[in-house]
Amino acid sequence: MAVTPKFPEKHYINQTYGIRSWLLTTDHKRIALLYLVSVTFFFFIGGFFAMMIRLHLLTPDGYLLSADTYNKMFTMHGVAMIFFFLIPSIPAILGNFLIPLMIGAKDLAFPKINLLSWYIYIVGGCFTLYSMVTGGLDTGWTFYTPLSTVYSNSAVAPAVVGVFITGFSSILTGLNFLVTVHTMRAPGMTWFRLPLFVWAHYATSVVMILGTPVVAITLALAGMERLFGLGFFNPAMGGDPILFQHLFWFYSHPAVYIMILPAMGVISELIPTFARKKLFGYHFVAAASLAIAVIGFLVWAHHMFLTGQSTYAALAFSFLTFLVAIPSAVKTFNWTATLFGGSISFDTPMLYAFGFLGLFLVGGLTGLFLGCLGTDIHIHDTYFVVAHFHYIMVGGAVMGYLGGLHFWWPKITGRMYPEWLARIAAFILFVGFNLTFFPQFVLGYLGMPRRYHVYPPEFQVYNVMSTAGASILAVGYLLPMVYLTWAAFYGKVAGDNPWPATGLEWKTPSPPPTENFEVTPVVTWEAYDFHNRPDLGLDEPTGHPGGGVVPAHGHD
Amino acid sequence: MHRTGALYGQFKTLEQQKDTASLGMWIFLVTEVMFFGGIMLAYTINRHTYFHAFAMGSNTLSLTLGGFNTVVLLASSFTMAMGVWSAQTGKKDLLKLFLSLTILLGFVFFGVKYVEYAQKFHHHLVPGRSFDITYCVNNPAKCEDMSAEELEVEGKEIEAAVEADPDLNAHAQLYYSAYFGMTGLHALHMVIGAGLLFWLLKNSFAGIYTPEWNTPVDLVGLYWHFVDIVWIYLFPLLYLIDRHK
Repeated sequence: MAVTPKFPEKHYINQTYGIRSWLLTTDHKRIALLYLVSVTFFFFIGGFFAMMIRLHLLTPDGYLLSADTYNKMFTMHGVAMIFFFLIPSIPAILGNFLIPLMIGAKDLAFPKINLLSWYIYIVGGCFTLYSMVTGGLDTGWTFYTPLSTVYSNSAVAPAVVGVFITGFSSILTGLNFLVTVHTMRAPGMTWFRLPLFVWAHYATSVVMILGTPVVAITLALAGMERLFGLGFFNPAMGGDPILFQHLFWFYSHPAVYIMILPAMGVISELIPTFARKKLFGYHFVAAASLAIAVIGFLVWAHHMFLTGQSTYAALAFSFLTFLVAIPSAVKTFNWTATLFGGSISFDTPMLYAFGFLGLFLVGGLTGLFLGCLGTDIHIHDTYFVVAHFHYIMVGGAVMGYLGGLHFWWPKITGRMYPEWLARIAAFILFVGFNLTFFPQFVLGYLGMPRRYHVYPPEFQVYNVMSTAGASILAVGYLLPMVYLTWAAFYGKVAGDNPWPATGLEWKTPSPPPTENFEVTPVVTWEAYDFHNRPDLGLDEPTGHPGGGVVPAHGHD
Repeated sequence: MHRTGALYGQFKTLEQQKDTASLGMWIFLVTEVMFFGGIMLAYTINRHTYFHAFAMGSNTLSLTLGGFNTVVLLASSFTMAMGVWSAQTGKKDLLKLFLSLTILLGFVFFGVKYVEYAQKFHHHLVPGRSFDITYCVNNPAKCEDMSAEELEVEGKEIEAAVEADPDLNAHAQLYYSAYFGMTGLHALHMVIGAGLLFWLLKNSFAGIYTPEWNTPVDLVGLYWHFVDIVWIYLFPLLYLIDRHK
């Protein structure tokens, strides 16, 4: 194995040159990179707003920002992070890049529509940025009516138009993935040989397809209400603001699964690779993704327990909320069971996977506190909720995203990142994250409401901890951005399969050629099967004690 | 991706390409169902809550114009289906004819819709500050297109509706929100459909659709039929709420 890997001469990055070759590309790998740049841009915009919120909350009586500006900061933080970072992050970047490679296809089914989805994202992003710089947005990311339609004096209309437009980029991505998985699989790539990353994206795509059009019509109606005076959500005409909330959460709760399911898909790839063991209960993990997508559509009213809905409806939604936790638990147990008896190495992607397991566990279980009718009355609209969903969104989705980015960075760029720096960054991120958000559980339980720009002085110590944590977290985000960019140009040459991992994407050069595979691959093995794979070079000599494959941490 | 004839590089066979495209279109239509589903839900809830206002609003629409437009759209679905058949059987001249007829019928629909919308604007029946359900009854001189009997019937209907729902003027705006929202979105879909039909027509003059490859005609056909089906729902929902008396 002491062969020095060679960098391929022709690959998708140097196939053609010039700005046109990028802006008019239909190559899914290049479109993934376009998304990577634009999504990262919005991540740092959202991160800036988050930093302003945390700095403001350093003191109880709010020196830094006026109440109005504070409202705009948390609103724009939410809009940028949810619609322009979390929803497109893993699907549009890693999914776009990897799904055709993983199933042995030359491209997605509709390459031009794929490019169109990026342009739609950019146009929607421009509208939203326009709103941010011409008066901002202060309705909360949820756009609740009639605040957003009648009373708000901020630039609501362009933001609603922007989010509406961006939704179609998500719809097109989901449509493309669904069709691709159905019709573009290589010979031998049966449904139950698909990597779980693909299953997770399949489930995500179903949610995108069924949910996003509903939020589109909801925002369209709210926008037309603000601009042209339609009345569905306006109590002055007999309309019902609660109807807006139902329609909005019918999408926006499943949207949480658009954010977390792809991250679960990443974790399902990382854990078998770095435990060098077949994933425990493959079929159950695949089915759990679909179960989450289906049940996830039936829980939306748990965001509205305190709106005066019928107790019986609330009971049903509470029950369904507990039900949707089961497939997530199935996955968590299966990942943990995969670790059991595995030979584990602590490479950076695996550190992120461990981070995910712990943080997602906390985030998921606190979700059950909130889904429980009695406790929800106490902690509804407090910092407990903020901490809960950041444990899912940052602790879960972002950990998965960064873990995946590190894992596939050698495939995307053909070069390795600096391992020790990356491990340190993962550690900083983990510490910073917990310091930022754990105190918020305490704050919320003690009764500090979310979205207020002042708070009683006795809460200050927790807020100072949280702000300190946020500054550590910022370092944890900046470091990977710097060294991953550096590594893309100057990192050590990675070779086709540096880990080694079992997926089809590792059977082609890094970075891959434009047409992905020189010959269409034929799949004869099951997913994550390290045995029966002589091509991985892991088989022990016959008669070796323990038999089978070389352990991930080498021979002790 | 390189293209060999009609076959794009990411596919192996024309058959795979066609299946993929059809599946894509059907999934897109599913998203359309969800899209219209949201506004239909808003309609259903408000119609249930404010039935008298909705019935009153529905009666101000012209059954003649609405019925005529329904027939026009059904006819356009027929010509579209004939267009798809012409493409599949390689009758290139018929394809041009049927596509042109479909476009023509689409524009007839737009014309009638324009007349209907304009009337509602003149009668102050657009949600907003100047909305006034009694406008024509109180200002007969401004509503010359309505006969004395029609105005009398409308006056009586309004009286009866106000008795059942004292806040009729507010709630009737919800009906017109539904009317303009739903027919507006439907019309927007038709505009997009008309654009696609022009594109097909241009291509059919170049003669590129053959019995072996005519997927775009097929898929635009699916889309056009879907938009027609939406109207088949909208017509009874908006025009026929309380006509059975």
